[in-house]
Amino acid sequence: MSDLSRRDAAKRIVRFGALLAAGGLAGPRASALAQDDPVLAGRPLVRYPEKTDLILLTSRPPQLETPMKYFDRAITPNEAFFVRYHVFPIPLEVDLATWRLRITGRVDRPLELSLDDLKTRFPRAAVTAVNQCSGNSRGRFTPRVLGGQWGDGAMGNAEWVGARLKDILTAAGVRQGAVQATFDGLDKPAFPSVPDFVKSLDIARIMEDQDILVAYQMNGAPLPMLNGYPARLVVPGWYATYWVKNLSEIAVIDHVFEKFWMKPGYRIPDNPCGCVSPGTAPARTVPINRMTVRSFIASPVPGTRLPVGRPVTLKGIAFDGGYGIQEVQVSSDGGATWRRADLGGDLGRCSFREWASTWTPAQTGPARIMVRALNRIGESQGREPLWNPAGYLRNVIEHIDLQVG
Amino acid sequence: MRRLLGPAGLLLALATSVAAAADKTIPMPPDHAYATLKPGPGVEVTRQQCVSCHSTDYIVMQPRGDAKQWDGVVTKMIKVFGAPVNDQDAKTIVEYLATQYGN
Repeated sequence: MSDLSRRDAAKRIVRFGALLAAGGLAGPRASALAQDDPVLAGRPLVRYPEKTDLILLTSRPPQLETPMKYFDRAITPNEAFFVRYHVFPIPLEVDLATWRLRITGRVDRPLELSLDDLKTRFPRAAVTAVNQCSGNSRGRFTPRVLGGQWGDGAMGNAEWVGARLKDILTAAGVRQGAVQATFDGLDKPAFPSVPDFVKSLDIARIMEDQDILVAYQMNGAPLPMLNGYPARLVVPGWYATYWVKNLSEIAVIDHVFEKFWMKPGYRIPDNPCGCVSPGTAPARTVPINRMTVRSFIASPVPGTRLPVGRPVTLKGIAFDGGYGIQEVQVSSDGGATWRRADLGGDLGRCSFREWASTWTPAQTGPARIMVRALNRIGESQGREPLWNPAGYLRNVIEHIDLQVG
Repeated sequence: MRRLLGPAGLLLALATSVAAAADKTIPMPPDHAYATLKPGPGVEVTRQQCVSCHSTDYIVMQPRGDAKQWDGVVTKMIKVFGAPVNDQDAKTIVEYLATQYGN
């Protein structure tokens, strides 16, 4: 072990000790970077177990948002990765001696897999993929909608390692007539009347996608508890609602699962844009699925004052629902002209793609930088935001405002 | 080897052996004070009934709305999420929210 990593590891342990001594809660601090953002204004930075300073959305069940400064790079650190739970209480303790992933329902051989079983009985598979909450940026909807009022930080990108879900289901032997698999985690509501957080995917979809994993490793380390320890589902290209955390049971069923978190929860209008006229309700809905194209500017931070004539590097990330980013473009003239940004390394079709572009401010006064991305099937981002009543799928062209001179 | 690692290495070795038993336990921070409900008639009933399932930041972050909006929210909590709230308390909560978090 190198001196550097040894020092880092020791520092982490000391920090966690201090955190325990402080009762796990750092004192309230204003979210400095968020002061100019109406959605984030007033929300404190907090430090939860195994996490660094994140923007608090809710305490219980916890929802924590990643500050925009972390999106100047392709991989989001585990300690900065956003947190979103649906029901309370959440799991605070896992004992691997007793934890098992149960495969039940319409299978020939029901399984009870330990973490070691997951690691040794199935080929190790890896994928780098974006995990984004369906409601990311919901706080920016106009007219506003009820729900978690996220800024833009309910997203992250990691390298996930685990067992392929199709391999696990094949080992269990999916029976004829199976339609879907449901996924349940250790989070269980306090009252039996509260719907447990259970999600489902079509068996056909699982069997044709090599990248759907039961992941036990995130960026080379075990998952933080609040991101799904000891294992979570990874569904690259699709919204995070399907990436069930602290996974404990997979049940194969012979029908389409329609309990609360699949219906009426997490539905989008059944049309190509997933949108309706603002303030109206859709006639028909379908479960939310593939992510829309998005791109963000992480650096410089909004409001930065820049000198005239000195080049500055604009940086950020772009991603889509699994086709891969083809191109990122920036505009400094209100969208009249666009120029192509440089793309960073390609970590896979479901990953964040870093981009960078040099811009030289030409005149004093306020300046606006806009960014948009195009994926490999020609999908892009619009000038005007689309609207739906649940506040999903946001992918309007983003911008930052700067001051020159 | 152990001598080479020094005190930090020992601490790490200790932590690693604990991790090898591999159980994980985390403490849960208390609800954050930033989400304290505004004072007003009905605030106590509202707080008591709502916090059994979630912290009050779930309330204060929502867009402001009239009694119709808040009645919809409270009804959803009862009908969909099975919150054990009686009719009288539900009415008190809606009035409180529409007054303190109204348009």
